[in-house]
Amino acid sequence: MTEQGVAVSAQSVSKVFGVPPNGMRALDAVSVDIRRNEFFTLLGPSGCGKTTLLRMIAGFEAPTEGTILLEGTDITAEPPFKRPVNTVFQSYALFPHLTVAQNIGFGLEMLGRNRAEIDTTVREMLALVRMEEMGGRLPAQLSGGQQQRVALARALAPRPSVLLLDEPLSALDLKLRQQMQIELKRMQRDTGITFIFVTHDQEEALTMSDRIGVMNGGRILQVGSPHEIYNRPVNRFVASFIGESNFLDAEIVESGRPARVRLAGGLEATADCADGEAASGKVTLTVRPEQIVLGQEGDGSGLAGKVTNTLYFGTDMHCYIDLDNGAQLVARTPATTDGRGLHQVGDAVSIGFAPGALRIIGG
Amino acid sequence: MTRVPPEAGLLEANVEAERVKRNWLLSLPALVLLLVGASGPLVIVLVYSFMEPGDFSGVVWNPTFDAWVQIFFSRDIFDGTLGLADAHLTIFWRSVRLSLLTTLITIAFGLPTAYFIATRPGRARVFWLFLITIPFWTNLLVRTFAILEVIRSEGLINTWLQKLGVISEPIQIMYTDTAVLIGMAYVYLPLMVLPLYAAIERFDFKLVEAGYDLYANRWQVLRRVILPIVKPGIVAGSILVFVPSLGAYVTPRVLGGGKNMMIGNFIELQFGQGRNWPLGSSLSILLLLIVMVALLVYVRVSTRGADNA
Amino acid sequence: MRKGKPFSIRRIPGFTAIAVTCFVLLYAPILTIVVYSFNAGESVALWKGFSTQWYYEAARNEAVQEATLRSLIIALSASAISTVLATMAALGTTRTRRFPGRTLIYVMINQPLMVPEIVTAVALLIFFASIKVATGYSGLGYLILAHSAFCIPFAYLPIRARMEGMDLALESAAADLYATPWRTFRRITLPLMAPGIVAGAMLAFVISLDDVIITEFVKSAGQDTLPTYMLGQLRRAITPEVNAISTVLLALTVLLLTVFFLLSGRNTAKS
Repeated sequence: MTEQGVAVSAQSVSKVFGVPPNGMRALDAVSVDIRRNEFFTLLGPSGCGKTTLLRMIAGFEAPTEGTILLEGTDITAEPPFKRPVNTVFQSYALFPHLTVAQNIGFGLEMLGRNRAEIDTTVREMLALVRMEEMGGRLPAQLSGGQQQRVALARALAPRPSVLLLDEPLSALDLKLRQQMQIELKRMQRDTGITFIFVTHDQEEALTMSDRIGVMNGGRILQVGSPHEIYNRPVNRFVASFIGESNFLDAEIVESGRPARVRLAGGLEATADCADGEAASGKVTLTVRPEQIVLGQEGDGSGLAGKVTNTLYFGTDMHCYIDLDNGAQLVARTPATTDGRGLHQVGDAVSIGFAPGALRIIGG
Repeated sequence: MTRVPPEAGLLEANVEAERVKRNWLLSLPALVLLLVGASGPLVIVLVYSFMEPGDFSGVVWNPTFDAWVQIFFSRDIFDGTLGLADAHLTIFWRSVRLSLLTTLITIAFGLPTAYFIATRPGRARVFWLFLITIPFWTNLLVRTFAILEVIRSEGLINTWLQKLGVISEPIQIMYTDTAVLIGMAYVYLPLMVLPLYAAIERFDFKLVEAGYDLYANRWQVLRRVILPIVKPGIVAGSILVFVPSLGAYVTPRVLGGGKNMMIGNFIELQFGQGRNWPLGSSLSILLLLIVMVALLVYVRVSTRGADNA
Repeated sequence: MRKGKPFSIRRIPGFTAIAVTCFVLLYAPILTIVVYSFNAGESVALWKGFSTQWYYEAARNEAVQEATLRSLIIALSASAISTVLATMAALGTTRTRRFPGRTLIYVMINQPLMVPEIVTAVALLIFFASIKVATGYSGLGYLILAHSAFCIPFAYLPIRARMEGMDLALESAAADLYATPWRTFRRITLPLMAPGIVAGAMLAFVISLDDVIITEFVKSAGQDTLPTYMLGQLRRAITPEVNAISTVLLALTVLLLTVFFLLSGRNTAKS
């Protein structure tokens, strides 16, 4: 981690709106290090504090407590126009009375660069976002996707060390959004700028990020690569917010790493531990739908249950299963091209788990 | 929950304090001007209402309640007893009566007009709005003068009625209560139409469709669906008409002459021939109080309406 | 129910008739004045042919010239002063979180709209009377002061309306792009506020030009504005000159309003 270096560091940052103790605590002693050249995503539901944290890095909010460091320098008290950090706003915030070119060149103008340099950079940026012919247009004449790209170009033109993106894709329709996701990822890799991306869309976070910080209730719950977040969620919230999860009750038979557990209904299996210590007694397990193995009834090897509902997705099928022990599960099976072997409502099935699928989360 | 230690948030507090200071500094010049040129002098009026009249103008510094008593009572010059000041009461009654009538007339004409404009399609609506806005912005004096030209003895109505042989001699409309009423209704009509238009324009006509779907006829829809929802607009327009009518000065003076005084003219008299500045002051304060009460009622009614909506 | 006419949910019988009648009644008196201002004869009773003599008479009349000049000076000054002050006040009170005293500022700014003009007129009469005695000054200053004060809310409202429609993020974006607060104001805030400021200035100008009651009470002897001159004339003798002056004022109003409607039509189309 030391070779990569830390670009932005938030240290024990808190933000309280209103007068304590009745105030709303938007951020609660949040600490996170974002590395240079990485694509870092802050992910969480509305109101979790991710936008507040982003605005604090940009300089639009002052923290109630804590410090913000940029490349090791304390910028907590610096106004936004003194921070070499630029933002792509959710509403794009393009200046309606300036042309596209004037918008893009605005930051450089404010920094006092000469005309020639501004013009060259603007042209480069227009090429980067593939809008070379649109320099003379006004924002009102652009489509949503085009406005978004201008907002991006405008924020990149001053070549900041860190780029902040506040849910920039949320107003775009699906196809456009998917295109932009690929573009943004490419741009980040090409320019090497640290991207801090805020979104509530967990799929977006998984596809684009080098690392994700999952937030809820003003706290950061887990920081890790998409793979880590998905396969080794640290608690129930993270497990259910990212992708789909099933939760089962079980009891520790033999603690250790991995531990041996017995599920209600008698099946014994091994399960990984979420945190360092081995748990004991009653626990909750989590397992992803695609790691559940459906077998015919009477296999004897798994838990018994019945299919109550099926949803066909083309690529796979979701089966909603009521277990005999009272729990409910969602399982995902790949769909076959000939439609054979697909489960139907009312089928009796036997549930098994892929190796390493089960994970202990909380007691 | 962790408590926020007192030294924390210093940066945030500074930013906040700066913001408040900046907002106040920006607003200050306007506030100072308003204090000197509008609000401040009102206090002087209040003070004067408790003084004694000077010989020709101004006041003598001699605190008394006389000016307030004189609003409603007058002292008999022979035996000094207090009796109701009939002349004053006539003026007050005329003011209230005419203001109420003006409000009713403007509602009666204004509601259909506002409804008409609000239900015009696209460009036509802008045209009609433009048409109703012109009288609104035309000089009050010009509008009053226009009515004058219509109702006076050599005016439009009398000339044409005589020409058509309907009457042989001009009807005396000028210098009557009716003339003042016509004038005020004419002058204040646009003030009623505009808030009504705003309310009707916001009205969702799907509700009317729902009403018809549920077997209501046109009048029931008007009475039970449209009017209740548009009511805040009616109240707003009523206040916008009633309040200025009560304090009207130009229209009663031009159309009513010296005899049909309303409160505004009566106040002016005290600063002119009446030579009773304290009485003029007390009347002004009284008028102000009535207006404030009317405004409070309006705020109450409209916020309650907003809660129910 | 009449056959052949499709059922319209918006139609309320009688309303259109009343509305049209209303417009006719509204415009008939005004049009009378306009038409008869070109009457060679002296009264509405007799049309003696087309003539613009009353316009010449009015233009030549020294009292009218003085009054017009005075009206313009006061209106221009009051409009300028009140618009500047109102712009500053709008910057301090819109699009910002609540702060102590904000309600007080609103009340004070809107107070001229709530207090009957006659009361303000009386108050200023008394106030300025004492100052006149103390300083001996009786120039236009009092009128300009009074007009500037009551024009403030009229300038403030359109400016505020325009600002409320502005995206807060725009100023954040400018700051994000290295613009200091002053440069943000000059390059972003002010240009975007401009239509509101122009509308406010126009409104203030018209309101000042129109004012009768406060001007009548505050003015010193002989210090007529156009409206107070007309008021004086109406009490004495009704000359056709007043017709001509009225028509000119009317034309000015129509002109200003047309400009206003065209501008706001274009603005809404752009945004």
